[in-house]
Amino acid sequence: MGKNIVELTGVNKIYGTNHVVKDLTLTVEEGEFLTLLGSSGCGKTTTLRMIAGFEEPTTGSIKVEGEAIEDKEPYERDVNTVFQSYALFPHKTIYDNIAYGLKMKKVPKKEIAERVKEMMELVQLEGFEKRYPNQLSGGQKQRVAIARALINRPKVLLLDEPLGALDLKLRKQMQLELKRLQKKLNITFIYVTHDQEEALTMSDRIAIMHDGVMDQIATPTEIYEHPATKFVATFIGETNIFEGMAKIVDGDTITIGIENGDITGCGADFAAGEFITVSVRPEKMKYSYEPVEGFTIAARIVDYIYVGNIVKCVAELPNKTQVKIERLAGEEVPAIGDVVCLYWNKEDAVLIHNLDNRFYQAVENAVFA
Amino acid sequence: MTKHRFKSKTLPAISMVGPVTIWLLVFVAAPLVYVFIMSFCGLDEFYNVSYHFTLNNYKRLADSNYVDIYLHSLIIALTTTVVCILLAYPFAYIIARTKSRKKNLLYMLVIIPFWTNSLIRIYGWRSLLGTNGWINTFLMNLHLISEPIDFLYKQGTTIFGMVYCLFPFMVLPLYTAIEKLDGSLLEASADLGAKGPKTFFNVILPLTSGGIFSGSIMVFIPCLGYFFVADILGGGNSDVIGNLVERQFQSGNNWPLGAALSIILILVTLILVKIYQKLGGDMDSLGV
Amino acid sequence: MKKRTKRKLKKIFSIIFCSLIYLFLFAPIIYIVVNSFNATRSKPYLSWKGFSFDWYVKLFDNQTLLQSFGNTMIIAITSMILATIIGTLASVGMYKFKFKGKAAIDGLLYIPVVIPEIVLGIALLTLFSNINIPRGMLTLIIAHTTFCVPFVIFNVRARLGGYDMSIEEASMDLGAGRIRTFFEITLPVLAPGIGGGALLAFTLSIDDVIISYFVNGQTKTFPLKVYESIRSGVAPDVNALSTLILIGTTVLVILTQSGLIKKLLKKA
Repeated sequence: MGKNIVELTGVNKIYGTNHVVKDLTLTVEEGEFLTLLGSSGCGKTTTLRMIAGFEEPTTGSIKVEGEAIEDKEPYERDVNTVFQSYALFPHKTIYDNIAYGLKMKKVPKKEIAERVKEMMELVQLEGFEKRYPNQLSGGQKQRVAIARALINRPKVLLLDEPLGALDLKLRKQMQLELKRLQKKLNITFIYVTHDQEEALTMSDRIAIMHDGVMDQIATPTEIYEHPATKFVATFIGETNIFEGMAKIVDGDTITIGIENGDITGCGADFAAGEFITVSVRPEKMKYSYEPVEGFTIAARIVDYIYVGNIVKCVAELPNKTQVKIERLAGEEVPAIGDVVCLYWNKEDAVLIHNLDNRFYQAVENAVFA
Repeated sequence: MTKHRFKSKTLPAISMVGPVTIWLLVFVAAPLVYVFIMSFCGLDEFYNVSYHFTLNNYKRLADSNYVDIYLHSLIIALTTTVVCILLAYPFAYIIARTKSRKKNLLYMLVIIPFWTNSLIRIYGWRSLLGTNGWINTFLMNLHLISEPIDFLYKQGTTIFGMVYCLFPFMVLPLYTAIEKLDGSLLEASADLGAKGPKTFFNVILPLTSGGIFSGSIMVFIPCLGYFFVADILGGGNSDVIGNLVERQFQSGNNWPLGAALSIILILVTLILVKIYQKLGGDMDSLGV
Repeated sequence: MKKRTKRKLKKIFSIIFCSLIYLFLFAPIIYIVVNSFNATRSKPYLSWKGFSFDWYVKLFDNQTLLQSFGNTMIIAITSMILATIIGTLASVGMYKFKFKGKAAIDGLLYIPVVIPEIVLGIALLTLFSNINIPRGMLTLIIAHTTFCVPFVIFNVRARLGGYDMSIEEASMDLGAGRIRTFFEITLPVLAPGIGGGALLAFTLSIDDVIISYFVNGQTKTFPLKVYESIRSGVAPDVNALSTLILIGTTVLVILTQSGLIKKLLKKA
């Protein structure tokens, strides 16, 4: 549990009528690998650029090690960026590219030579000193970009989808290398990506952004097991979503009525009559040929999807909604055409307040009550 | 919080774009405005410009003598343009589509003559084409002719000179347009049954028409103003509008009349550029 | 007709045709160069009297001719430098910043390119005479710079087409201020476009006849001196000078194109 190295408080970014980042408050711990995850347009890159200094927050403050930096130019900040397009200087050698930041700080030549050598060994590019960027492969350019940023020993390293242009195998390799580097140098990494698998693999914590808002910030496990919003639940991994109204609240056991019947889940802070979204991961989905207490939804198996060592059974509810049941190949699965009763351990369901409906309900109550 | 950043955006912008804007306003826009105003002025007894509004200049320029010269100029310019197209198109085509390694060299060989002053090259042609000139001497020595041929001082000579000077302006845009042609389109056309000429008219020509248009603009318009070509090779027999303007500003000493002629030239230019744009012409390709 | 024969005929026709065109383009130049070695001494200097370097020697006695050449060089170099600076700043500025009036500036830029040179020439003459600037070197430099700037801008813009702005952000991210970034990153990467524009400006300036004709006052540039002499008969020392200029320009272009200059600059 280190100190907070980056603090964003109430940060907003508005372009004309486009509210790209909405009231973002976020703290980054020293030495952690934090990922900003989300699909295009969610505001993650804008947030990163605001920390780097290429965009200015419309309102709000950004602090690095307690010092407010939102007024500072990029070259005044102790933060370095690895760009999506690598942004290597085409007219400078690899050596000069990596040494650039040190040259700007007027570090003596001898020291520069030592540190560049050290850095090039670290990223495994020895021997490339005199080459030019256009002579390097994508992966090599990537490592130069990282070396160029890290050599300055920044307080925070910002990475903007750095692996996007690499092919799958290389990407997986680089993910491990980046993680290894981060742990070794103990530098705080703030990483932006839209690839949830990448985020789950590399991060200490993930901040999921959606439409300018941070939906949840937590460890990968926490995000997977206990998504805070419907968006997070559906964005990370696969899940089955049921939406309905709480009928009976008995302690933390809640019976929810959905279109096709009743289901049971576990949760605190829910009131009867409330709209609830339920998320159940396919691997937690159970089925039975006998009725199960607390569950009155029946579905017919219609299809199988084979993905290597996993088989997903697709079951269809009376209202045509599809539910996925995931099993390892070789485990027992229901046959096509079977009608089964779906159920799960009530702790395996994630219950999320359905705010949309709560809002509409309030309006309804206000208008028609 | 946002104040010091705002300043840091407008200052660099102004310092970068400011100089060119001021320069263009002072040395392009202002002078042309001056010319426009002057075209409506007259002369006083000392041959100075008198700033009283008058349409006399334009009335004079509507006189049939002048109109004759305009038509002459337009014919010369048109002929020059057409000849340029007919010569430059095949030439550009051959060079642009050659697979020879010398392609760059061939292209450069078109540009090299540019590096000798055009006036001197026109004078060179006069030396070649004159009655004592090398061509006549050569032909007479070979006993192919008994008397020197009168090449010079005809309208044809002026056109010849214009074509010579403006040929590269037609070749360059054509070359660019033809180079961009996707070879697979020609293959597709042949695959679908079109013979040579058909492929040319249906595929090649339409796709390179942009080059023809921009080349034509770059030939036609300057042609109207190239007075020194008409002077040196045409000897006064085939003046273009440029010669008229030159006269008013030098010997004729009637600047307002010259200004009015210039306005006419500008109008012709504007009309042609508008037509060019209507035909889909790209203004960027005029810069070459 | 057999396909192969057809192709061969096409090739022969192409070669003949192109050769004729090249002959057409180079004919007067051949005359100029060859006649510069003519030992003739009497007007109209056309009959061939033997090979000689005489006129090259005589050239260096012809003060007015040499001075006109000197004028042309000074004007060309100055205009090239001015136009390149103004044009490069403008291109980069217009590329980076959004502001109203870009279309208006573009329009103004096209005017010197599209209108007949004579119109620009007399317009500038009118301006200079109205604000009482005496015609001479200064007005020539101003005029040349004016018609060169648009060409520099078009050249640099072409190079900006493939320019990745994030390298400037990277530079600032690594600690270089805006001005340092401009000289350390922006200019070097754009150098080929800037160099091409500068070379074009230089060439246009040396070649200019029409605009110089009106704004030169008493100052003679090389082409104007030749124009003057055409009536009285042009002596082959003019041919000699032209030949030397042609050789000089060719060498200059070969050097810049082959990157030799780049290599020389790197060692510096």
